Amino acid sequence: MLTDSDLQAIWLTIRLAGITTMILLLIGTPIAWRLARSRSWWKGPLGAVVALPLVLPPSVLGFYLLLAMGPFGPVGQLTTALGIGTLPFTFWGLVVASSFYSLPFMVQPLQNAFESIGDRPLEVAATLRASPVDTFFSVVLPLAKPGFITAGVLTFAHTVGEFGVVLMIGGNIPGVTRVASVQIYDHVEAMEYADAHRLAAVMLIFSFTVLLAMYLRRPKPARGD
Amino acid sequence: MDSIKACFKLDWPGFTLDVDLALPGRGVTALFGHSGSGKTTLLRCLAGLERASHGRLEFKGKIWQDDKTWLPTYQRPIGYVFQEASLFAHLNVLGNLNFGLKRSTTAQRVGLEQAIELLGIGHLLDRKPDTLSGGERQRVGIARALAVGPEILLMDEPLAALDLKRKQEILPYLERLHDELAIPVIYVSHSPDEVARLADHIVAMDGGRVVADGPLVETLARLDLPIRLGEDVGVVLDATVGEVDSEWHLARVDFPGGSLWTRDRGVPTGKHVRVRVLARDVSLAVHHPEPSSIQNVLDGTVESMAADDHPGLLLVRVQIGASQLVARLTRRSAAQLGIAPGLPVSVQIKSVALME
Repeated sequence: MLTDSDLQAIWLTIRLAGITTMILLLIGTPIAWRLARSRSWWKGPLGAVVALPLVLPPSVLGFYLLLAMGPFGPVGQLTTALGIGTLPFTFWGLVVASSFYSLPFMVQPLQNAFESIGDRPLEVAATLRASPVDTFFSVVLPLAKPGFITAGVLTFAHTVGEFGVVLMIGGNIPGVTRVASVQIYDHVEAMEYADAHRLAAVMLIFSFTVLLAMYLRRPKPARGD
Repeated sequence: MDSIKACFKLDWPGFTLDVDLALPGRGVTALFGHSGSGKTTLLRCLAGLERASHGRLEFKGKIWQDDKTWLPTYQRPIGYVFQEASLFAHLNVLGNLNFGLKRSTTAQRVGLEQAIELLGIGHLLDRKPDTLSGGERQRVGIARALAVGPEILLMDEPLAALDLKRKQEILPYLERLHDELAIPVIYVSHSPDEVARLADHIVAMDGGRVVADGPLVETLARLDLPIRLGEDVGVVLDATVGEVDSEWHLARVDFPGGSLWTRDRGVPTGKHVRVRVLARDVSLAVHHPEPSSIQNVLDGTVESMAADDHPGLLLVRVQIGASQLVARLTRRSAAQLGIAPGLPVSVQIKSVALME
């Protein structure tokens, strides 16, 4: 069936998508909360920046990230000064790039979930002696649970499907940056259509299953009443 | 006994709130007015859900808000009932009740058990909010607010989102609160009927300002109440059931200055009740009237007169012993009868509403 290098690529893909999803849960939640609650002027610009990866060609995003993380870029100089070296063509470089690339898939469902909760449950919690932080954990998180599931699944799946940014930032190093989508590309380049077929089928089935599961349990919108 | 002093100035596009009030520290105070009068905004300012740009709020000697101080909502010892019950959808009824209880440090004046008993929701504790009827939800909402052991209960039109049947279901519970609760209640309403049933004190609002403020009985008897009540103009009398006539199924209620017969509603003799008499149900005669179907005829003296909303109508206040009734007459009949302050009249009352 699948070759060892295929399995290695799949495992790498899962690791990349899992870690990216975890990181984005931590980063995306506060961003989505601020976007959902703020009435400030910067809400528009911030929303637009978060949505950029949806429309930018991955090569553009990858190009800028490559420059920033390269030895002469600000991030690269920082990581070098910290003794980590430069991030391009490493697994963690892919994680950073994926976090940018998949950000809207985390933030937008969360923002929708937070917005649909509305002000009322927060006000109720305040009249029941819950501080704002307490309210976030005891009211907002449980009510936004469907949104978190959607956001997590979409982020994971989207990161699995990443190709352009990986090539720009990670190249094609077996076991380090060669994820499943790149592996398929390799197979095709090498005319190994049978191998490409198998791995492509795995990806297709995975993506379909994930989306099917999400659409089947299409959550009711969170309501405060 | 004014223990709440509130002064708020708030400027929003198209709306200003400008109030300076002292509210009694016990009993039910109704914030009464039409929609847009600012009564809900005032309540939200009291709760700290809205922050007036200039405000001062003192509760039982403690400052909740002034130029330097701002006590956030979650630190105020309040209970708040929203117009829609707004129960937490992710918790069952007991979880909703416990939410505030777990976090409250204030003394348990009305404990959870008592709140559950008072609102009759003991059989609902395991249910999820979306399986409850509107009336049940609102009862849970009220119990939840009481369970935190508040020092003041703020209620924002708790019946407005319910249909008539659900209202009738909840009103008895609210009347029990009125009787059994030792803490002050601020009750926002646009319904004269609810106010007449529940309030001891009334603050009438219009256009973001307080237009009348005083004890319910005296305030409703004012002819110059600057708020349009239309068909609901009338007085409330504090009375006691003096006699129940089982043959005719009637009950006699005695108020300072007279007594009235009304349908027997099963209220025992000696019980304190409220009686509402609408101005449109009161007519005046100069001579003692011929026997008629109207059972309640009292002797009184015209005390004062004022114009009504309609140019053809007059409101006449009649003194009966220590009490006052308001009658609505046409200007023509008043002129023909020679109604004037000081004139002795017979007061005929067509209908009386008894409220426990």
